[in-house]
This record gives sequence, structure tokens and C-alpha cells, in this order.
Amino acid sequence: MMKGRTISPGTAKGKAVVSKEPIGFYGGINIKTGVVIEKGHPLEGKNIKDKILVFPCGKGSTVGSYVIYGLKKNGVAPKGIINRETETIVATGAILAGIPCIDKIDIDQIKDGDTVVLNADNGTVEIVH
Amino acid sequence: MYLTQEEEKILHGEQGEVPERMLRLLVQLGEIFEADKMIPVGSVQVAGVSYKSIADPGTEFLEDLASKGAKVRVLTFLNPAGMDLEDWQTLKFPKNFAKNQLRIMDAFKSMGIVITATCTPYLAGNLPRFREHIAWSESSAISFSNSVIGARTNREGGPSALAAAILGKTPNYGFHLWENRQPNIQVNVETDLTFDADYGALGYYIGKQVKNKVPYFTGIKNADTDQLKALGAAMAASGAVALYHIDGLTPEADLVRKDHLEVITVTKRELDEAYAKLNTGKEPDIVILGCPHASLREISAVAEKLKGKKLRKPVWVCTSRMMKEAAERMGYSDIIEKAGGHIVADTCMVVAPIEDMGYKTTGVNSGKAGNYLPGFCNQNVCYANLDKLLEAAT
Repeated sequence: MMKGRTISPGTAKGKAVVSKEPIGFYGGINIKTGVVIEKGHPLEGKNIKDKILVFPCGKGSTVGSYVIYGLKKNGVAPKGIINRETETIVATGAILAGIPCIDKIDIDQIKDGDTVVLNADNGTVEIVH
Repeated sequence: MYLTQEEEKILHGEQGEVPERMLRLLVQLGEIFEADKMIPVGSVQVAGVSYKSIADPGTEFLEDLASKGAKVRVLTFLNPAGMDLEDWQTLKFPKNFAKNQLRIMDAFKSMGIVITATCTPYLAGNLPRFREHIAWSESSAISFSNSVIGARTNREGGPSALAAAILGKTPNYGFHLWENRQPNIQVNVETDLTFDADYGALGYYIGKQVKNKVPYFTGIKNADTDQLKALGAAMAASGAVALYHIDGLTPEADLVRKDHLEVITVTKRELDEAYAKLNTGKEPDIVILGCPHASLREISAVAEKLKGKKLRKPVWVCTSRMMKEAAERMGYSDIIEKAGGHIVADTCMVVAPIEDMGYKTTGVNSGKAGNYLPGFCNQNVCYANLDKLLEAAT
């Protein structure tokens, strides 16, 4: 069990999609499908829909908050977000969209495909083996 | 976080639903990032304007706020739209796209936001002063105002900037505090930077290296504000750089602590590597300049080079309506149009639906555009300096 900081409350359980590189939601993820479109990104071509999306921090455009909100409205958002350090852009998007999100987590402990229980109300992350 | 009596009242809904919702968002952000209080902001820049970027969910979000009487309290400018708001028909922007884009503009206007539609508000009439607290979105404008002007803003998301505009306040954390404006990595530039494209390539490379750090540059001499605009925009796109300092050039460089920093070095090799990475295409179908929006100096340079020339391929120079007006007065627009090019206002190659307009390969000299075009606009990119790009189009 890892303990972090609550960015946006709520709970979620799902398969982790893990990126070692930062994610820029605007220009990086298709708002209608949830597929990662940034060329050369380690997650290029993967779908983040209903996944627990794990990445170190955000990057790029400030429109990213709207993309996160739009993903949720379009039904293709991740179930939860786990960061090493969440910045304002991702935090704003997660709060508006109501996606559980926590940061200050040692994301190296989470492997791609792990089943993860995210409790953003308590600020905890558990990997189910 | 300490809240004033007035702020408490807003949270209890005494000023209506919109201020309550917006303040709730800001207080949540303030609690997360350990702000001690809310502080007044001098101005706001709102991003998330193009219909292509925010789509139906964003449009409905804005229309909902507008219909509930949302009004901004401070000078608020707007990012580029998805099309030239006046010449969209001539430039063959799709009709349905235009209809939705105009809905978005109406919503912003009814909130009292100045519908400037530019990513360079500091060239168009929204100019903060040194140490002024502001709440800006638009990653390149944040970088410019923090670094070149020395104003203070976090990297606001589109909606958090809008909330700050409606309240006239932002939570006091991050780059509003002097301790967080200190550099945490040093970049020694050991190669000559000649063209604006060199600054874009350097920024593209460094953004990927330093991610969300605050770099302190040495070895950059005599860069003008257009080149600093190009450098900062690229770092904010390939990374999350909100603030940089340059030895001898930027206002806080002499004031910050710069001992014991991790050092990275950029030589011609790294710059060439960045050019190679940015170049994913061969022959451009179209050349698009002005990312971030071209200054008058950049427009005049294009006009100078196109004097008496005939273009084989379209060349767009993206800029603000204000710069376009001045370019028309000075005859630059005439020269560019006679050669077969266009000055396109209010929009840019990234937020316009160019992939739906038949273009496959775009020539650019902007590291920011080179970063976004392949994924978001499905374009191959020819990355080169202005002379080479115009040569490829004539």
C-alpha cells in the first residue's frame, strides 16, 4: 500500500497503463477515442479508456484540462490517474471531470498491466497481486 | 488556506452559482498545492478556444457558464481560435466547424472576455509588469511573461485561468512565490544560434531533457524577443517549462541562486539531433509561419523576402488581428499576398483543422509547431529556417 496526496477524490479499480514519460493531453490523446496519438510517445497507439493512467507529470499545452474533461464526457476517460507530481493543468482537468487522482506516489512500483486499486479519498494506491 | 469573509460568502453561494463553482475549483487547487491565501491577479489569458481543441464538451461547458451570467473581473484576453474569424470563407474553412467556433466566441464575449484570439497577448495589448501576479494559460505566453517580463504565473489550465478571471484572484502557490522561481538545472549553450528555427530546435531539445524544471541558460547572446518567444514556446510544448532564466538577458537572472546546479551542455551535435528529430517529412505542401503568432518584425521579414517573388505553394503567416492591421498599413500584407501568400489572423496551424483541408506535409520554423503537428494534425513536418522554407515554396 502506497500513500500519496489527494488531487481529486473518488475510488477506482482497474488495469494500469504506465508511462515513464510525461503526458501532454492536448495533442497527445484523441479526445473522442482515448487513444494516445503523440508520435514517438511510449504509449503511442494505446487506449487509456477505463484504465488507471500512471505517469510522472503533465507537460505541454494548458488546454490539457479541457481534453481530460472532454474524455470523461465522451466516455473514454481513464478510471483514475496516478502521478509522481500532478501539476495545475492535470489537477484542474481531473477535478472538473470528477476523475479520482492522487500524486506523490513512487510510480516505479507500478508495472504496466498491474491491477491497481486507487482510493483517492484516503490517498492510497494498492497493487493487487 | 485562509479565506476572507467575502470569499467565504462566495463559497456559500451568495454571489450565485458561477462564482461559487469557480472559487471552489480554485480553493481545491489552493489546498492541494498548499497556498496560504488567494491573491489578486492583474490580468488573465484564457486558453482552450479552438473548437478543434475543446470539442463539444468544452463548448457546452463554456456556453453553460455564459448562460448563467458569468462575467470576468479583470482584463482577460483569449487564445487563438480554430479559424480566421473574418476571412474563414476565403481561406476555405469548413462551414460546420465555423458555426461551432462562432458559438464559442459568442460565449467568451458575453463573459466580457476580449476576443483577441492570439497566443501573444503581450504583443496585442495585455502586457503585465515585472513581478505582477497574473493567471495565464497558453503555455508559450506563460513562459514569456514569467521569463522575459518577470511577471508571475503558474501554468494554469484553460478552466482554472477562466475561474481566476471570473474571481479576479488565484491561489498563492508555485511560481507566485520567489523560492519556486529559482533554477534547478543549468544549460550551457556552446553553439551559435543564428535563426529563429535554431531557438525552436534548442527549446524542443531542452524541454524534453528538463521536463518541468526551471533551466538557467548560459551562452545565449543578444537573443531578441522573437527568438525568446520561439525558445520558450518550444520548451513549454515538448516539456512543461513555465519559467527559464538566461544569463545577462532575462530580468531575474541576476537575482536567482545558481550555485550547485546540475549542468547539461548543448553543442552543435545536440542541435543537429533536434533538427533531425523534428524533420519527419521531405517536401512541404504548405509553409506555415507564426507559432507563436508572428510579431510585426517577423511579418516584415517575410515580406522583405517575398518581394517580387511568386510562390508555388501556399504560405501562411499566422498572427493576431492587431499585427495584421499594422502589416496592412505598412504594405507588408500586399507584398505577401501578391506573392501568393496569406496573413492569417486569429488562428494557427496547430489549432486549425489543416488535416481536413488536404495538407499532408507542413513546413515550419517553430519548435512548438514541430512538436504538435505530427500527432494532433497528422502532418509530416519539414523543419527549417525561414530562408529554406520560402525557397521550398517558390
